[in-house]
Amino acid sequence: MIPALEVRNLTTSFRTQNGWVKAVDNVGFEVMPGEVVGLVGESGSGKSVTLHSILRLVHAPGTVAGSVKWQGRDLLTMPERELRKVRGGEIAMIFQEPMTALNPVLPVGIQIEENLSAHTALDGRQRAARARELMDLVGIPEAARRLKDYPHQFSGGMRQRVMIAIALASGPKLLLADEPTTALDVTIQDQILKLILDLRDELQMGVVLVTHDLGVVAATCDRMAVMYAGRIVETGSVVDVFAEPHHAYTRGLLGSVPRGGAGRTLLLSIEGTPPGLASIPPGCSFNPRCTFATDICRKETPMLAEFAPGRLVACHHHREVAAAGSPVV
Amino acid sequence: MTLVATAPVAKRRARLRLPFTLVFGGTIIGLSTIVAFFPSLFAPYDPAAMDYNALLQPPTMAHPFGTDSFGRDVLTRVIHAYTVDMQIAVFATLFPFVFGTFIGALVGYAGGWVNALFGRVVDAIITFPFLVLVIAIVAVLGPGLINMYVAVSVVGWVFYARLVATEVQVQKRLDYAHSGRAMGYRPLRIIFRHLLPNAITPALVYWMTDMALAILLGSSLGYLGLGAQPPTAEWGVQIADGKNFMNTAWWISVFPGVAIVVTGLGFSLVGDGLAELLRTKK
Amino acid sequence: MNAALSQTLIAAEEVSKEFHIPHGLWRRLTGQPRLAVHALNGVSFQINRGETLGIVGESGCGKSTLARCLVRLFDCDDGRVRFEGEDIADLKGADRRAFNRRVQMIFQDPYSSLNPRMRVREILGEALAVHKMRPRAQIPARIAELLDLVRLPSDAADKFPHEFSGGQRQRIGIARALAVEPDVLVADELVSALDVSVQAQVVNLLLQLQEQLNLTVVFVAHDLRLVRHISHRVAVMYLGKIVEIGPTEALFSAPRHPYTKALLDAAPELDPTKRTRTVAARGELPSPINLPKGCLFNTRCPHAFDRCFAERPLLSDRTPAHKAACHLTDFGAPSLQNLEAIS
Repeated sequence: MIPALEVRNLTTSFRTQNGWVKAVDNVGFEVMPGEVVGLVGESGSGKSVTLHSILRLVHAPGTVAGSVKWQGRDLLTMPERELRKVRGGEIAMIFQEPMTALNPVLPVGIQIEENLSAHTALDGRQRAARARELMDLVGIPEAARRLKDYPHQFSGGMRQRVMIAIALASGPKLLLADEPTTALDVTIQDQILKLILDLRDELQMGVVLVTHDLGVVAATCDRMAVMYAGRIVETGSVVDVFAEPHHAYTRGLLGSVPRGGAGRTLLLSIEGTPPGLASIPPGCSFNPRCTFATDICRKETPMLAEFAPGRLVACHHHREVAAAGSPVV
Repeated sequence: MTLVATAPVAKRRARLRLPFTLVFGGTIIGLSTIVAFFPSLFAPYDPAAMDYNALLQPPTMAHPFGTDSFGRDVLTRVIHAYTVDMQIAVFATLFPFVFGTFIGALVGYAGGWVNALFGRVVDAIITFPFLVLVIAIVAVLGPGLINMYVAVSVVGWVFYARLVATEVQVQKRLDYAHSGRAMGYRPLRIIFRHLLPNAITPALVYWMTDMALAILLGSSLGYLGLGAQPPTAEWGVQIADGKNFMNTAWWISVFPGVAIVVTGLGFSLVGDGLAELLRTKK
Repeated sequence: MNAALSQTLIAAEEVSKEFHIPHGLWRRLTGQPRLAVHALNGVSFQINRGETLGIVGESGCGKSTLARCLVRLFDCDDGRVRFEGEDIADLKGADRRAFNRRVQMIFQDPYSSLNPRMRVREILGEALAVHKMRPRAQIPARIAELLDLVRLPSDAADKFPHEFSGGQRQRIGIARALAVEPDVLVADELVSALDVSVQAQVVNLLLQLQEQLNLTVVFVAHDLRLVRHISHRVAVMYLGKIVEIGPTEALFSAPRHPYTKALLDAAPELDPTKRTRTVAARGELPSPINLPKGCLFNTRCPHAFDRCFAERPLLSDRTPAHKAACHLTDFGAPSLQNLEAIS
């Protein structure tokens, strides 16, 4: 199968008071049509910047290098005018806080129709009809009446549905979702995640889901990439990674989440805190927090390498980590 | 080796970096203060000495700012006026700042009907034009610097109180204030030890601006004959002295005017600099 | 279970709390009633000495308001909170300060819960001095001890809060609470603002400190996995009421209220092989201004019947330690589940 999206050597740098820092460092992954890929990491891991870099939504003084192949074309070198057709057209994006992503002074129906007129050839009447269909599709009750409502008249969960409806208006082939359920309650999160999966099935779109919540990954994604300090440290199918993590960070992350049946025992925590972008340690960036670290980890940065079909890890001691077992099974 | 040695130095320098506005404004105010305390060290003549042989002289080497209609040296009088005008800047604002901050902190913390009542008082006071109100009070009490301070203080504190009350209301909703209450700290401790240090910045910045405004106001009242009384050297009084000679002897009014502008600018810059320096680090 | 564990330390009795919405001039003139958010609608439970009670629920369920009522940051409108049998609303002067010392709260936001203009030494020293925990001369040594207790380096004392990461700030918050040697810690979303790996560190610290200092803990959170991990007993809240309360494992393995079940089903399973595609709970939280008649969950409950719309169910025993507020008293009963499995 040919990947829908192919990201290679993606590097995003920002200029700060102390010089240039790499928020995303040599990141590569691909998304197959109809596949849900999870980008997992903690704050500052670069997961969100990666997502924004794909559509060149990084503001100056940031620069994006590498390549992002979308249906044979490179989004990073494409002229701005062509890119605008792709953004919100073939590739749509949804955000964590829908209130700031929606225009507060326009009724949501107008905002959906805006996207329809930018990316489809429908006439006015067809657009109105399609807007209602989309509101129905994302599960907003009384869709026809609510088209005239403004964003603040919707609850958090409903606003997220509105944003998804706007994103879907153009019939995208890829959905980029940046922590779409982090601001929502668990029952509403469950509704939205399942909505995204249903839409994926119906529309055969690929999804890149950025999240810090391993539960969300386990429940939604087909494949996952774990990010730490701007790099991908491990990728593979979600089932494989959960069953046999090969990177000490992945293992620590899985162990940090409490699971049932082991009440009031100490969690397998990772000591220390993630490094700031300006002070990433030499060698493997995880080495100061890693219980498996040896001299080589402090000197040499491990490369992301395939050790089994579809499974990549960037760790000098991944066999030992794997042998230590998964904390979730 | 050199890298290791320079790193901490760079860090220390970064911590000590003061805003440019603060340094520049501070220099102006610092120099002004020194002049205000020791005018005779800088002034070439006696401020009251009249020289009928040198009336309305334009700027020369002997009189760099010229002389006025009594033959007094304008430079000398501008320098001696620092004593009066800097005093106005401080005394016309110190009481409003302290009292207003105190009341504002209490009102902001109390909230509820106390705050509502305070709001009405503020409304009542600020609906009068400030200058007209001050002039009315001075007219009742009689002209002179002391009465001017009283008049300004009666009105001025509400501005500080309103600023501080608003900010305290914001701060008291933050968890560190809740935490103080949950720890069983007394309200006065929470207000003055915890909330006020975090709420005072706007009032402090406004105080600097207010000192500049006080000098303007003092000069205005001096000009109108309600503030400092002639023959005291005061910038407003000097400008008033020169108003009849604007076409023939511009220097009598212009140099005191420049002094007002420069001093006012100094206070404003210090205010801006303080705002930048005291911004809470996140 | 020994005698000390079953001794009731804090008891909430029918605690209610409303927040009035500013009464607009038009509403006042037209004589319409004043609107209020009903944050707590009669909450009752007991906390035993030495145990951890978890309080879970989604946003707007009143769990934070409840936490603030327990430490008397809010006074309840109705009902009372008793600490060692005494109504905390009646405490005055020295008694009130003693209560404030013995029941400590730790706040959610590590960025706003510490005074940004005080050094750690001043923050801890103030708590020690105000409650006269130590003679002045011993305060520096005690500060070092406290920092060690929460595993912060000793040079932390001379830094300001903004020089620390979120996890370290929560440790400072814990140290401040422990400075006054309390009996009870009320932790409101203690770790929800922290990264996953840092959450685990703070949770471990809390578990260790509780054992070491014999603390009673009220752990308020929206994260079901965390609450399950930490708590001996759990109370589930919905729209300002407890809908179910019971021993942690009993409640998680066999929830007796449809809302608890929906909440548990909605939380994503950490095992990718156990995925479902059915939505756990339809609909959204009704407005806390106009509460539904009858059972508060009736707008979303798949099992609701006539009685649920007419009569609000009370908390009643399912087993002696496990209570639920549902007219379907058999809901989730183990025997019934077996029957379903057989048929």
